[in-house]
This record gives sequence, structure tokens and C-alpha cells, in this order.
Amino acid sequence: MKEPQIIVIGNGMVGYKFCEKLRSKTSSFNLIVFGEEPRRAYDRVHLSEYFNGKTADDLSLSTENWYQEQNITLFLNNPIVKIDRELQKVYTASGLDYHYDILVFATGSGAFVPNIPGIEKEGVFVYRTIEDLDLISGYAKKAKTASVIGGGLLGLEAAKALIDLGIEKTSIIEFAPRLMPRQIDAAGSDMLKSKLADLGLQIHLNKNTTSIEGDGRITALKFSDDTALDVDMLVISAGIKPRDELAKACGIEVGPRGGIVVDQKMQTNDPAIFAIGECALYDGMIYGLIAPGYEMAEVLAANLCEGEKTFTGFDMSTKLKLIGIDVASFGDNFITEPDCRTIIFENKHKGVYKRINVSNDGQYLLGGILIGDATAYNLLLQTSNNRVVLPENPEELILGTRGGSESAGGAGITGLPDSALICSCEGVSKGDICAAVADGSCENIDDLKKCTKAGTGCGGCLPMVKDLMTYTLKSQGKYIKNVICEHFNYSRQELFDLIHIHELKSYDAVLDALGKNDGCEVCKPLVSSLLASLWNEMILKKGNDVAQDSNDRFLANIQKGGSYSVVPRVPGGEITPDKLIVIGEVAKKYNLYTKITGGQRIDMFGAHLNDLPIIWEELIAAGFESGHAYGKGLRTVKSCVGSTWCRFGLHDSVSFAIRIEERYRGIRAPHKFKSAVSGCIRECAEAQSKDFGIIATEKGWNLYVCGNGGSKPQHALLLATDLDSETCIKYIDRFLMFYIRTADPLTRTATWLNKMEGGIDYLRNVIINDSLGMAAQWENEIENLIASYKCEWKEAVENPAIRKRFSHFVNAPEDKDPTIEFVEMRGQKRTAEWKTV
Amino acid sequence: MNEQSNWLAACRVEDAIENGGVCVKHGEDQIALFYFTRRNEWYATQNECPHKKQMALSRGMIGSTTDEPKVACPFHKKTFSLSTGECLSGDECAIKTYPVKIENGTVYIGTTPKS
Ligand SMILES: Cc1cc2nc3c(=O)[nH]c(=O)nc-3n(C[C@H](O)[C@H](O)[C@H](O)COP(=O)(O)OP(=O)(O)OC[C@H]3O[C@@H](n4cnc5c(N)ncnc54)[C@H](O)[C@@H]3O)c2cc1C
Ligand code: SF4
Ligand code: FES
Repeated sequence: MKEPQIIVIGNGMVGYKFCEKLRSKTSSFNLIVFGEEPRRAYDRVHLSEYFNGKTADDLSLSTENWYQEQNITLFLNNPIVKIDRELQKVYTASGLDYHYDILVFATGSGAFVPNIPGIEKEGVFVYRTIEDLDLISGYAKKAKTASVIGGGLLGLEAAKALIDLGIEKTSIIEFAPRLMPRQIDAAGSDMLKSKLADLGLQIHLNKNTTSIEGDGRITALKFSDDTALDVDMLVISAGIKPRDELAKACGIEVGPRGGIVVDQKMQTNDPAIFAIGECALYDGMIYGLIAPGYEMAEVLAANLCEGEKTFTGFDMSTKLKLIGIDVASFGDNFITEPDCRTIIFENKHKGVYKRINVSNDGQYLLGGILIGDATAYNLLLQTSNNRVVLPENPEELILGTRGGSESAGGAGITGLPDSALICSCEGVSKGDICAAVADGSCENIDDLKKCTKAGTGCGGCLPMVKDLMTYTLKSQGKYIKNVICEHFNYSRQELFDLIHIHELKSYDAVLDALGKNDGCEVCKPLVSSLLASLWNEMILKKGNDVAQDSNDRFLANIQKGGSYSVVPRVPGGEITPDKLIVIGEVAKKYNLYTKITGGQRIDMFGAHLNDLPIIWEELIAAGFESGHAYGKGLRTVKSCVGSTWCRFGLHDSVSFAIRIEERYRGIRAPHKFKSAVSGCIRECAEAQSKDFGIIATEKGWNLYVCGNGGSKPQHALLLATDLDSETCIKYIDRFLMFYIRTADPLTRTATWLNKMEGGIDYLRNVIINDSLGMAAQWENEIENLIASYKCEWKEAVENPAIRKRFSHFVNAPEDKDPTIEFVEMRGQKRTAEWKTV
Repeated sequence: MNEQSNWLAACRVEDAIENGGVCVKHGEDQIALFYFTRRNEWYATQNECPHKKQMALSRGMIGSTTDEPKVACPFHKKTFSLSTGECLSGDECAIKTYPVKIENGTVYIGTTPKS
């Protein structure tokens, strides 16, 4: 017998999910999918990550072979253009026609583009597909100013993308008197607005755009209040419009404002035709979120396999992180007194606004809004959805308990029923998650994602999934830790303490005492770094040399091609003309490429291994020392010129930077760390992007910690204000020792802090109030490290046994590696390209 | 074991690096020689890493996975078995390995590859 044939129109998120759900239930049905876009279904929810380095492939929801493996025929770039319901046929843009027994609309929605005069101009975009993003990023290269029309969820996300693309001035135009009018109230909007303004986003509320000006391409916007705004580009994000045009054309019932009308079984008025996802109109409503779309896919797939499921509406709670700001709403977020009791917490200084709506009898949580801090979101959502009876003081739900008691609000995750839906995208309950952990099949979050699918949709439930996993493991008496590798069954922190207690001084001693077998490239550098952090002995001592990462082993960074770089320390970036001349002479003599680095010093590239000792000998003779550019330790302390020259300078930032750089040079840590000192709030040294940064104030120094530049920029957070120099250094001592002792391997301070329970407040308590009682010990330890500092390069060139290792051939010590090749560029040499394989 | 007619006197035992590698010049060729003191074993492989054709394996860290001795290239940490030359991370091609023998304190490498 011939299998009935299902045709799906649309290969978006929901269309894909439908295929997946159907195939997980049955292999019968011929399944054919038509997609209009040129690529396989991808994760539209995380579309913006396309601008942060994710590729279209990363975003794809399936592997290339998946459809074939599942026996699904997929046509891309081939939209359906016509449907004949009588013949039960669909017609494609490429001129093909196919019969259907069952037809599924999963056409999603498009951006709603209002009919503003000038909308067709060049430089006006929408934000929905990867192609849209490609167009936007192309155009953004030559744009300095940009606007987004629409201050809803998608508009804010688009604005963030524009900032990420480097547009200097980005603004948001919203017609309503507040931002995100569907999710948050006026007070929440005010808070959000001021936080967004801090980040340089201009927000214009109550603005009605009347025309888009410009000759061919957009140059300005005009508004109904006769004002205007100059912009180079515009992104329209004024809402969505269900793609119901095909359905409408073949006489299927659509809603007055769009959307294909469906019943509880996702069926349209034609019994052979169904609609799911953002094109479906259920009970007068379009569900513009992914979780309800997935639920519709589940309902339809189940019913086609003789199940009995119905769709009865869906919770529209959302939580997002916009430009680093948490915004969440859940349950009945807008209900007001006298229909409920409202509890509001607001901290303007920190930019936090929280509102919860509690039933008049004080028993149940009805809904709420969280801005600035949504850590409680999952728990609140569950408390409200599952009608968990509230504690006596419901305000503790958003404030945390004061004094004594541990548990914040209700019984936390333990108080939720097993039926509580934790991952609404994939429909995974608390019971499912706990069971998967309890029966031993999943011990980490990746396993759990694979076997339950929880957290694989929008990802919003992941923190709670992790909590449930930890809770279940703990309640089974299991203890979770990150072990280093197959040779050491310890976490970095445990190993640190054990090496300390046993006073182990070499890699082999550590391996013999605490590990097994022969070690590897993971544990060797890690243990070496711990030994260096603890004892600060010469890292190339015999036996330890071969356990160093190759950069540490030769006290230089290995470069493409096999040559090395030479980077002397230039504390604070201050250097005399004589020393500059020495660098120039050395570079010339050994034919090195020179470049000034972002850390205010000079790198010399292209040194042969054999030449390193002699180059360093000359540099050391001229008063230079190792810059540790190769080690996981302090790189540079950048400084601005400060009060000695600058007319704004409050204190001598250069002297302080030199003092700090000389204090911490050579100390090994879990990862490299950088610092900077600025002489006033103008911040020319960019101290707030450093692992610790110092800015002069009228009264002393402000100390910032855990910032980061690089691929994941993060603003440093203010740890303490108006410190005198001694206190400032004391705090840095404690901060560094705490970091060195507790961070995971290769974790920068920013990530370390992000993972720290209690965050900056906890850190502040440890550093300033000495809440762990460790301050005295740490200060003592760091004094020892500082006192034992020696320039590694000086030791290396003076020790014949070590020096001998700086030759390429053991049997021809004078010969250099003949395979190293350089080519010329702008009057200097550079390394040749990777040789192709 | 294959027949070796060409044994290259590479270096003295004390010139090799304990639990590490050195690079031996053999005409135009470069051979990485490893003295795995911990296991009391000697290994020799080609010095060039097949990944990006870098002359670097002798500067890599050695170690083991389960019981397989291996070296990690310093450039991108691809690992190769010291005994078979097989790539243990990803699908780079295997490296050549050579026999090693010690006589009177001198290390000899058989210059016809094992594999
Ligand atoms: C930038 C952005 C951020 C978002 N963030 C969130 C979020 O944080 N949380 C959340 O829950 N939701 C979010 N959403 C919404 C979410 O992406 C949608 O709810 C979801 O994609 C809807 O899935 P769908 O399959 O119904 O529609 P779509 O994913 O739009 O797929 C429909 C597909 O059908 C194709 N199609 C249309 N007509 C035809 C035709 N005639 N023939 C063939 N193919 C056709 C379309 O080209 C499209 O590929 C976001 C959306 C965007 C754009
Ligand atoms: S940060 Fe202040 S003191 Fe330093 S250079 Fe800039 S303006 Fe001058
Ligand atoms: S060159 Fe050896 S791993 Fe890349």
C-alpha cells in the first residue's frame, strides 16, 4: 500500500521540529518539505549570534544528512506558490507540482513593514533571516548612525546587533510611551531605558515616524511632532505579519489581522490542511515565540500518529538578556491592584526593578516583571505556573531572605511538583530531568541535553536544569567536580592545596604522589603553573622544563613557522631613548620584525631558537628583563601619562603603574592577566577593560576588577573606591591570590567572576571584609612570591645546562632550522604562510 | 622488526632530554628523538607535524593516554602515538616512526622508517 504523503510548507524552526517529532514517532508517511530560504532550518532565536562569530552552519538545527537519514525529501530555495485544494496539489516556484494527502503550513511570519513614505529606500532593512543579517552587516560598514523602528523584544535585539557592528550612534524609535510594551510596565521601561542610555543607545518614545527622507538612500527620519533625526541606516522591527498569503489565496480561513485560523488540533477549515508555528492563529492569537510553536508541532505530530493531544494556549513568559541586561516577564504581568497585591522592589543605582503580583489572599504568585536581575526568573515562573503556595513573606522571593535562614522563598526547586514543566521548548518536566540523572544515564549537562533535550531550544531553562542536576546528584550523595585529565582525579583547586600540603616541587614528584601513569599535555602545564604559583622557582629547572607549555619551555612565544618572539618588559610603558635605541639595534642585528603592542611595549618577532640566548644577553646587559609575554601571568600594566604631564591628571598614574608592574611581574596564574592605571576619569589607559584596573579620583584610586578585552569584552566592576595606594595594593594582593588559588585552568578573571556564586558582592566581601579569614595568609604568600622574583631569562643565559637547550639540532648545535622561511613586507620581514598540506 | 642497515649515531644519552624530545639532523631530514625516562623507552619520529607542516614535534610535550605513549605538537596540540605514529586527535595523517637503539652510551636511530 502506498504511504500517505505529507507536504510541509516552510523549513523554519517549527517546520523542522514537526519533522523531528513525527519521525521520532513513526517512519510511515512520505514526508516532503519545501523551504523558501536557501538553507536548512536554523536557530532563528539565536540569530544575533551570527554577528558574534557563529556561522550559518553553527546555527543550523540539523546536520546535512539528517533529512536523508530520516527519509525526508527536502527542497530548498523553492517556495510553494499555489495550492489547488480540489486536486490536493501544491505548485512550486520552479514549476513542479506534488500531490498531498495532508498539507502542513509552517510558513512562519515575516517582518511587518508599515507603509511609511520612503520605506523602499536603500539602507532600510528588516531583521529576520541570515540573508537580512548579511545585508545589514554589509551596509553597516559605511554607516555611522542607525535607527531601529520598534522598541519591542526584536527591536532591542536589532539595536544591540547594530552596536556590535560598530555603529557609533544607534537609536530606537518607539511609537508607544514605553519600551517592550507587551512585556513590561512603565516603571520597568524607565529602568530599562536608563540602563540602555548608559550604554549609548538613544531611546525616543512616543515617536510616530511620518517619512523616510533621502535621495535614493536613507539620510533622515521625520516624525509627526515635526522633529527629524539624521540616520545612515534603518532597521524596521515593528512587529510580525503571519505568512498567510498562500492560505488566503486558496480560500482557507484567515484572521482579520492575519494568521491561518486553526482549532485545538491545529486543523484549518479544510480537514486535510493544518497550520503550526508563527503563521497559525489560535483563539485569536499569534504566538510569536518558539516554545508554543514547538508545542503545536508536538500536538500535530502526535495526532497524525493516532494520539489525542490538544493545544489550549500557551504561557507567554519570556526571559532575555538584552545588551547584558536581564529582562523577564511571566504569568499575569500587568494585573494591578485591587485585583491583586503588587510588591515592587527598585534599586535605581544598580538598575534593578522587580515586580511580583500576588493573589489577594497572599497564597499564590500570579505573575511579574524582572529587569536588571532575573536570576529568580525560573523559580518564580515555576512557582506561579504550578500554583505553589507562597511563603509567609512573599517579598523574600525577590529580595532574598534576610538574616539566618538559608532558603530564599518557598522551598526552591525542591518544592516544585515533578510535573512542573522546566523546559517549555521541548516539554521536559522536572520529573524527566531528575529521573535521567537519578538512573545514572546523565552526569553532566551535555549528557542531559542529549538524552532529555532539555535546554536545547531557547536555552532559558539551562540554569534551572543545572540546579536540578546538581540537586539530584547531591541528594544521591554524588559529588561533582571537574577533574583535570585521566592522570589526576582532582580539580585544579584540590591539586593546588595538595601540592602545597605535601610540599611537592617537581612535576614528577606530583605525578608520583598524586597522579598515575605518565601525564599528558593537559596536566603537565597545569601542574607546572601550580608549582610556579606556589614556589616561584625557576621554571626550567631540570625535569620541570619538559612539563612546561612550549612557550614557557623556551621563554618565548612560538610563532607560525617555528621562530620565536622576544618581548622585554617595559613597566608602565615608560622607556628611555637609550633603551629604545638598544631595542632598535638588537632588532636590526638579528633581523627581527618590530611592532608596538597594545600593552605599550615592543615585540620583536622572527628570532631563531638558537639566537634567543644571545639576544637576551644583549638586552639584559642594557637593563631589560623578561616581559613574560610567554607565561600565564602578568602581561603589562598600561598607563596614561597622568598628572606629570596631562592637564587633567589627578595623580601620577605612570609611577603607580610601574610600581604595580614590578610588584606582580613573573607571578604565575591560571591564565594571563593585564592591568592599567588611568590618571583621571577620562580613562585614557582603558583600565576598565583589564583584569584589574585603577583610576585616579580626587581622593585616591578606584579599583576595578575582572574586566576583559579580547573576543568577549566585559566591563570591569568597581570593587572599591577612593583608596590610598597602600590599601589599593593590599586589595590587589588578596584579589590575585584568591584568583590564583581558586580559578579553573585557563580561566580569565572575568569568567572566574561570572561563575562565582554571589558574584561581585561575594568577591567584595572576601577581599575587603576578609569574610573567608584568608587575607593575612594570602598577603604573606604573595610577599614570598614577590621576594623570590628573578628574571628567568637572566637565569637561563647564565646557566649552561639550560642554555644548551636553545639549539635546534642536538647533533649540530650551531645550525639553525633551515625550514624557517620569511618573506618581505613593508620593509620588514614576516613569516611565510602555513605551508599547505 | 624490519631490517635496519643504516643506523645514525644521533647523540649521547646524556644529550637527550629526559621525558622530552630533541631534534636530530639527518641530511636534509629532521628526526625527533624522545627519551621517555618515565617508561624507560626511546622513540623517534619525523619532526614535522603533518597538520600545518611545522618542524615542531621534538619541542612537544610527551605523555600517555591509557597506555599509549604520545607527543602533542606545540602548535595546535594535535597528538600522535609515539609507537605507531597514528594521529590520536582528529584525522591528520600518521607520522613516520623510526627504531632506536642504545650502544655504549650512544643513541642510534634506524633511518628506514618502521611505518
Ligand atoms: C531576531 C529574532 C529573535 C527571536 N528571539 C526569540 C526569543 O528569544 N524567544 C522566542 O521564543 N522566540 C524568538 N523569536 C521568534 C522565533 O524565532 C519564532 O517564533 C520561530 O522562528 C517561529 O518558527 P516558524 O517555523 O513558525 O517560523 P520561521 O522560523 O519563520 O519559519 C518559516 C519558514 O517558512 C518559509 N516559508 C514561508 N512561506 C513559504 C512558502 N510559500 N514556501 C516555502 N517556504 C515558505 C520561510 O521562508 C521560513 O523559512 C525570535 C525571532 C527573531 C527573528
Ligand atoms: S586619563 Fe586623565 S590624566 Fe590620564 S591622560 Fe587621560 S585625561 Fe590625562
Ligand atoms: S602544526 Fe602541529 S598541531 Fe598544528
